[in-house]
Amino acid sequence: MANPSHLKYTEEHEWLEINGDSATVGITAYAAEKLGDVVYVELPKVGSSINAGTVVGEIESTKSVGELYAPASGTVVEVNDAVVASPELVNEDPFGAGWLIKISITDMPALLEADAYTALTGE
Amino acid sequence: MSDTPRYSPLHAVHESLGASFTDFAGFMMPVRYDSDLAEHHAVRTAAGIFDISHMAEISITGPDAGAFLDYALAGKLSALNIGQAKYSLLLNEAGGIIDDLVIYRLGETHWLVVANAGNRFPAVEALNHRTTGFDVNVKDESDATALIAVQGPNALDILQHTVGLELSAEAHDRPENTLETLKYYWSLPAVFLGNPVLIGRTGYTGEDGFELYIDVQHAAALWNALMVAGESRGLVPTGLACRDTLRLEAGMPLYGHELNLTTAPVQAGLGKVVALSKEGDFVGRAAAEKGVAADAPVLVGLVGEGKRAARADYEVYSGENKVGVITSGALSPTLEYPIAMAFVDPSVSEIGNVIDVDIRGTRLPYTVTALPFYSRKKN
Repeated sequence: MANPSHLKYTEEHEWLEINGDSATVGITAYAAEKLGDVVYVELPKVGSSINAGTVVGEIESTKSVGELYAPASGTVVEVNDAVVASPELVNEDPFGAGWLIKISITDMPALLEADAYTALTGE
Repeated sequence: MSDTPRYSPLHAVHESLGASFTDFAGFMMPVRYDSDLAEHHAVRTAAGIFDISHMAEISITGPDAGAFLDYALAGKLSALNIGQAKYSLLLNEAGGIIDDLVIYRLGETHWLVVANAGNRFPAVEALNHRTTGFDVNVKDESDATALIAVQGPNALDILQHTVGLELSAEAHDRPENTLETLKYYWSLPAVFLGNPVLIGRTGYTGEDGFELYIDVQHAAALWNALMVAGESRGLVPTGLACRDTLRLEAGMPLYGHELNLTTAPVQAGLGKVVALSKEGDFVGRAAAEKGVAADAPVLVGLVGEGKRAARADYEVYSGENKVGVITSGALSPTLEYPIAMAFVDPSVSEIGNVIDVDIRGTRLPYTVTALPFYSRKKN
């Protein structure tokens, strides 16, 4: 699946859709594909503050455990309850219905553009 | 292990089917084609086709072949009837497990040993080492042999409708002379478009199913013929990811997880595989007779709640005491709760006992349970 050009990316395979001071966050199709079928998602609580680069959640497949890294520092303002109830959304629509959290950003590290991320994953 | 990946004779077939690949014992093998959960459910409800050509086939022939295997392996392989197969163990002198394997008796003086891919060379070396004094020939035929497994309730129907696949004339001399009446852990010689195929009613998924050995040149044609027969019978290509969840549900050990060089068979519940009653010496006998310490860890099944799965190497606790370690674990796709196998202190191994697994910093209760977790309903 192509990496949408309007999104920003991290080397830990998160994507961000930035809208002013806030962002929607998910994991990329590449990461979802590598994990296999996602069967369990654990997300941070609404209101919790997160620091860029730290582990804030878990994405488990039948085979392994993937970690969700905070792609920026800030506060969690919304979590995707639909993906908690139906973890397969991460595989089915990683850049859409499979989004994980929304955050209000206080500090944003350097992020990758889609072409740089595509080059990183070699796909 | 060589740095250059090795490829199955079916690699091009897998690529055309859109497989994702993983390194398994030096081989690039399909981990999944699309969804490992869908593949898992297909094997439980219809059928799946696996390429397991990375596994090792070692032919044992000669007048002393049976006696040699009785000495070299833990089981009494000379007692097999022609066509019969048996699960056995290759032990070292200390009683540790070099490999777990399946052995088929193919003739009066011909047995076939099937070893795990990662243990091919240690197994061949150990077998060769043990030939002294026996009139026997050990031949590693792994590179020339492809292995395809068809597993699931529709497996029989699929094989019966595979164009070009039929039992060989030789098979009709046997009492178990049809695929339908072939018993679990028996085999029949067959042909596919004139080429020899060994069909074993064996497998590693907990389902009815077959494993088909064929020379590498004809493997792709056989795979494709099976796929054609399976098209209307729910057959899907299945990868290593679902193979692992299937075998775990069936409580089957995996070398490198439940079995290794420092684990005695009795600790893994495989005491009965070691034929102490057979005559004569065999490698590992003295160690097996000596037994293990009373507090040696034992393999148990564990069942948890919720969705968070214990994984290999996670620690097991009873109160504040560390009492074991997980060897395999997953959220069971069939049962929909977490299942795991673990080596634990015998003091906590009683069925029904509740112990805690440290799942990345959180201790969650797991109940000791009998293996297997899942058994297919038999007719």
